[in-house]
Amino acid sequence: MSLRVNGKKYDLRIDPRTTLLDCLREHLHLTGSKKGCDHGQCGACTVHISGRRVNSCLCFAAMHEGEEITTIEGIGQPGNLHPMQAAFVETDAYQCGYCTPGQIMSAVALSKEPCGQDDAEVKEFMSGNICRCGAYPNIVAAVQMVRQNAKQPKAG
Amino acid sequence: MKTFALTQANDSAEAIATAAKSTTAQQGADIRFIGGGTTLIDLMKLNVETPKTLIDINRLPLDKIEALPDGGLTIGAVVRNSDLAHHPLVRKNYNVLSEAILSGASVQLRNMATTAGNLLQRTRCMYFRDTAMPCNKREPGSGCAAITGVNRSLAILGTSEHCIATNPSDMNVAMAALEAVIHVRGAKGERSIPISDFHVLPANTPQRETVLEPGDLITHVTLPPPAPGNRSLYLKLRDRASYEFALASAAVVITTANGKITRARIALGGVGTKPWRSTEAEDELTDQPATEGVFRKAADAALRGAKPQSQNGFKVELAKRCLVHALKLVTQPA
Repeated sequence: MSLRVNGKKYDLRIDPRTTLLDCLREHLHLTGSKKGCDHGQCGACTVHISGRRVNSCLCFAAMHEGEEITTIEGIGQPGNLHPMQAAFVETDAYQCGYCTPGQIMSAVALSKEPCGQDDAEVKEFMSGNICRCGAYPNIVAAVQMVRQNAKQPKAG
Repeated sequence: MKTFALTQANDSAEAIATAAKSTTAQQGADIRFIGGGTTLIDLMKLNVETPKTLIDINRLPLDKIEALPDGGLTIGAVVRNSDLAHHPLVRKNYNVLSEAILSGASVQLRNMATTAGNLLQRTRCMYFRDTAMPCNKREPGSGCAAITGVNRSLAILGTSEHCIATNPSDMNVAMAALEAVIHVRGAKGERSIPISDFHVLPANTPQRETVLEPGDLITHVTLPPPAPGNRSLYLKLRDRASYEFALASAAVVITTANGKITRARIALGGVGTKPWRSTEAEDELTDQPATEGVFRKAADAALRGAKPQSQNGFKVELAKRCLVHALKLVTQPA
């Protein structure tokens, strides 16, 4: 089978039991997506499939042939950060960093979802991503910073 | 996880013919359809479900939401929870369904979970999920560890001495209040099942949760036209503000005229072994004034048969207050 990840096609031979998360990490060596609970409860494994965020630990890779998969590696790189990655740095939206790729993948997807303006709505939309360090206030700040900047493009 | 063969369904007839060879469509099925996988893959990782064959139905043309000529709505089996909750016709005519879905799980899970899959969502009872423990649902005859164990989150309505597992779905509760009809295509043809008849009580066969037989494929769900002038809402009470299963919830669909309730549809979640439609509460409300006293009588009627366990006695009063508050909110002037 083959998978399309971050715009690149990969040919693979995998066991049907292979989750998309394990496939990304162990076969494609894209280790940005993290394995937290491995049961769809923590959000550390969040990736985008066809532009929508999902828990990659609850997907069998073989069921996603032909779909466009985007991981944290696909949205930005050191020196060329996605605005959401830059906002996480700027607002200090992490401590240990383990949940951060999942948080950022959710936050990027959120900007295209029907999420209301206030912090409470952002918290609701981000509730599928657990941060055991408790960096939540700064995560909300990062999300709101990016949304604010998108609304009011800087002059010049 | 046990090994399995993954096949892709290209048409319904072929998928049904393959699945009809399964020994059961219930707990422990050796052949299963897979949609979003959010329940099934989770349970396969726990070895609670060990299918030998999975039939991927995601590419079947069952992904549409369409208005029906009678004013109702048809919802394809693999329509994602997110798409259903945000659909303009659902928001306009079936607010309770939108609210129920959005109160459950997370955005990621709602992007994956399907309509048919959510109808078949499995209990979160920890003894069901733990193969080291007895559980009559998972292993008939092994006993129920929950009745003498940790049962704070479990059911108080529709239980038996064999099983007290809660149906965890929020969507199903709204579907029950909306009198949804589930359309199934199987080895013997097509049939339509009102949601109240779709889930079955545990009794002495808790491994059987629905009326589905091997080969039965849920193709779509229909909602009847919205009752003219109705208002509806879903109220969910839980331990956390978000991303948590209900301790008690209420789906209410109410029509009033001149301060009197002319039509009521009531279903409760988090307290029943199946999505808990309460015609008893509806009868107490119909043709009565929309007052707190009437709401309380309806709530008492809904919970009259409650059988609390050692740790979940609080749910009786919680569910009553949940229903009373939902009725207050839905009948207050706009």
